[in-house]
Order: sequence, then C-alpha cells, then structure tokens
Amino acid sequence: MPSLGADMGAAILMHWRVKPGDKVKRGDIIADVETDKGLIEIEVFENGVVDQILAEPGKKLPVGTVLAVIRGEGQAAAPAIMPRPAAAPPPKPAPEAKPPVRVAPTPRPRASPLARKTAQDLGVDLTAVKGTGAGGVIEQTDVLQAAAMMKEEKPLAPSEKFRRAIAAVMSRSNREIPHYYLATEIDMRRALDWLTAKNAQRSLKDRLLAAVLLIKAVAGALHDVPELNGYWIDDQLQKKDAVHVGFAIALRQCGLIAPAIHDVHLKTLDELMVAIHDLVPRARAGRLRSSELTDATITVTSLGDLGVKSLFGVIYPPQVALVGFGKIVNQPWAEAGAVVVRPILTATLSADHRATDGLRGAQFLETLNDHLQTPEKL
Amino acid sequence: MTDAEIKNAIFEGLRKIAPESDPNALSLDADVRKTLDIDSYDFLNFLIGLNEKLGVEVPEEDYGKLRTMKDMVDYFSARISQSSAK
Repeated sequence: MPSLGADMGAAILMHWRVKPGDKVKRGDIIADVETDKGLIEIEVFENGVVDQILAEPGKKLPVGTVLAVIRGEGQAAAPAIMPRPAAAPPPKPAPEAKPPVRVAPTPRPRASPLARKTAQDLGVDLTAVKGTGAGGVIEQTDVLQAAAMMKEEKPLAPSEKFRRAIAAVMSRSNREIPHYYLATEIDMRRALDWLTAKNAQRSLKDRLLAAVLLIKAVAGALHDVPELNGYWIDDQLQKKDAVHVGFAIALRQCGLIAPAIHDVHLKTLDELMVAIHDLVPRARAGRLRSSELTDATITVTSLGDLGVKSLFGVIYPPQVALVGFGKIVNQPWAEAGAVVVRPILTATLSADHRATDGLRGAQFLETLNDHLQTPEKL
Repeated sequence: MTDAEIKNAIFEGLRKIAPESDPNALSLDADVRKTLDIDSYDFLNFLIGLNEKLGVEVPEEDYGKLRTMKDMVDYFSARISQSSAK
C-alpha cells in the first residue's frame, strides 16, 4: 500500500484491475484504493508481469503492506509468499471507527440491576460509563445517556473525512516546518497583453488561462533557484530535477486538493492547459492517480478569483515551498519616473527555513517576476 | 431562440459546473460568479458548454459583460439575433 500523502496511514483496497500473469508497464493502473481523499487509482512503476496478488479487496490496509508481487521483465517467478501486513504501524493512522462495545466488563463495574439489563439491551459497555448514583453506582439514566452519545458517533461523511485529512497534514506542517514568508508585487501588463493577444486568435476550447503562465513561470524560476523544488526528508534537502507542480484545486463543497501536474518544466503552455482540463474534473470527481498525490515537488495556489490580494500558505510536507498568487488588481505603479496604472499581482512564497534562507526565497520571487516579463519565452 | 430557452441553457451550464447550487434561486441582478463560487477555469468551461449549445463564441474582452443572469440573457440574446440577421 503506497503512501499517498503525508497524512495517509491506511486505505481500503477496493478492487484489482489486473490478475496474476497480466503484463503491466510503468504508469498502468493496477488497482483502486479508497482513501480519505476519495478513490485513487494505483499505478505501477515498472514494467513486468503480475506474479502474485497478496491483498484481498475490501480490507483496510496500512501503508507499507505488500499488495502484490510484480516480476520484472526477464525475471523468474518469485517463490510464493504469504500476504503480510506492514512491518510497522503507520505513524499517524487515520481515525478509525470505534470498535463495537462489549458487554463483558472486567472487573465488573458497580451498577444497578436495571442499568445492567439496559446496558445489555442497548449494547453499552458498562466499563466506559461513569456512574452518578450513590458511591458511583451506574444507574439506568447513566446507561441511557451513554447510549445516546454512541448514537451520535455516526460514521464520518466523505467531506468530514477529507477535512480531517487536511487538518492532520496542515497541523503536522505547522508543527514541524519553520515557515518563512516573502511577498512581491509583479506588473502583469506584458503577460496579460500577451495572453489577450494569444486568446483573441483562439476558440474558447483552446484558450489559455492566466494560471498556466503563472505555473510555467514558477517552473522557470525553480530552474534558477532549485533549492525550493524538492523535499525535506531525513533532516536534509532532497532537490529534484523534475518540476511537478501541486496545483491547488478547490473541490467546491469539500476543501481543496493539490495534485501534481507532472514535468511542468518540459510542457508548453498549451500542454499545461490540456493537463489542467484533464486534472480538475478528475480531482473533483475523486478520480486521481497515486502519482498525482505523491509526486508534487512544490505547490502553487491562487485565490485571485475570490478577490484575495495576497495569501501565505502552509507548506505540504515533505515539500519545502508553496507559491501563492492573489488577485490581479489595477493600481498605481511607478515606472520610469511616472505613476501609471498597471495590473499588479501579489506573489508570495512560503518556504521551509530548514531548506532555504530568505535570500534564496527573495531570488526566487525576483526571477519569477523576470519570467513573467517575457511571457513569449514561457 | 427565446430568452426562456437561453435562460434554460445558462441554468443547465451552471448546474454542470456547480451541481450543488440552485441557479433558480439566483436573483436577476446577482453576480453569478461570486454567488455560485465559479472560478476562471469553471467560467471558461461554462462558456465552452454554452458555445456548444447556443453557437456563440464569447471573446475574452466580453467576459466582463456577463456578470449577472440578466447580463447573460441579454448578451446571448443579442448575439444570437445578430448572427441570425446576417
């Protein structure tokens, strides 16, 4: 069971899409798992043949559990191995449903006969009930109250599970990552003029959003300041060559998610737009792929559509940076000794101080600005 | 095409991108994007859908003319009349 995010401790294997003997190649989807973030398609990361299926659908399995054995091309079949759970429990398991209550208390709590019978009828564990009778004896009212509280503990709705997953990872980030924050204002006139001219020649279906310019500019800036592209793992920065941008997508009634757009540094603006058209509907339908949940090397988020001028985000661990964009606002701007009106964007950087210092962060924002002044080169 | 038919097409498009919302509850002068929480991506998709239904290609410089439900109905009605007059 792969870890599909810093917040994931376990997931339910829903079904297999392959069987023993099937050939698979890198990127093929071999199974679906249900996580707090929805149904996720599990990809395979090497070419080969499915040798053994070890996990049965329908079971909740901790991260690290061996699900299947894939034999590499040209390798002999492995000896049969027994399914086994992960060697160690996950560091932060997802909240589990409470186990069913038992009516077999040891030692036997002090309770009135009526309370005892009521507890048995309603399935209330008397050891978990606080008695309010004389000397702490449990009375029927105590049992009824405990039963009422049990009823209120309904299983979580998907949106509640999702919210808890976000809460867990954001709390961890705030606890573990010493954030620093920087902001800069960027004159977007050239970028928007270029975009308007491009879109004027295009049909609606082929139009570009300003977001793709911003994402591509982030990838360009990361080329110049690579320390912000990667992970903080085992007390050290692991820089990554490929830029996989976690693109924050609002899920309307249910929080947000930042799946990876892969290889942004290699994609054209049109290819980025195609990637967004593919990613957003799948994210909202809860049909993301495992690599999209795990590969992001930096996160980009924008609240400009909501009129927010600037935002300072919380880094998604183990990433080391998050870039935020606010609303583009026409405002007075000094240029060549004159005050003019320009469309101004506030770009912010939240970065991990363990991985970089403010100087590198400032260089990143400066080079981000440079890239947006030459949109034709993006 | 009547205004009622245009309105229906707009409602259908809005329901597609904001399924949890009820476009019927929108007042004619409410800011549609703000009220239904429609971002740039959703708005572009909404226009792509309307283009398929109504055959109207909205240029980017006209996006600002589509703020309220009344704006939208008036805009598409005028554009459809123009194209059928040609």
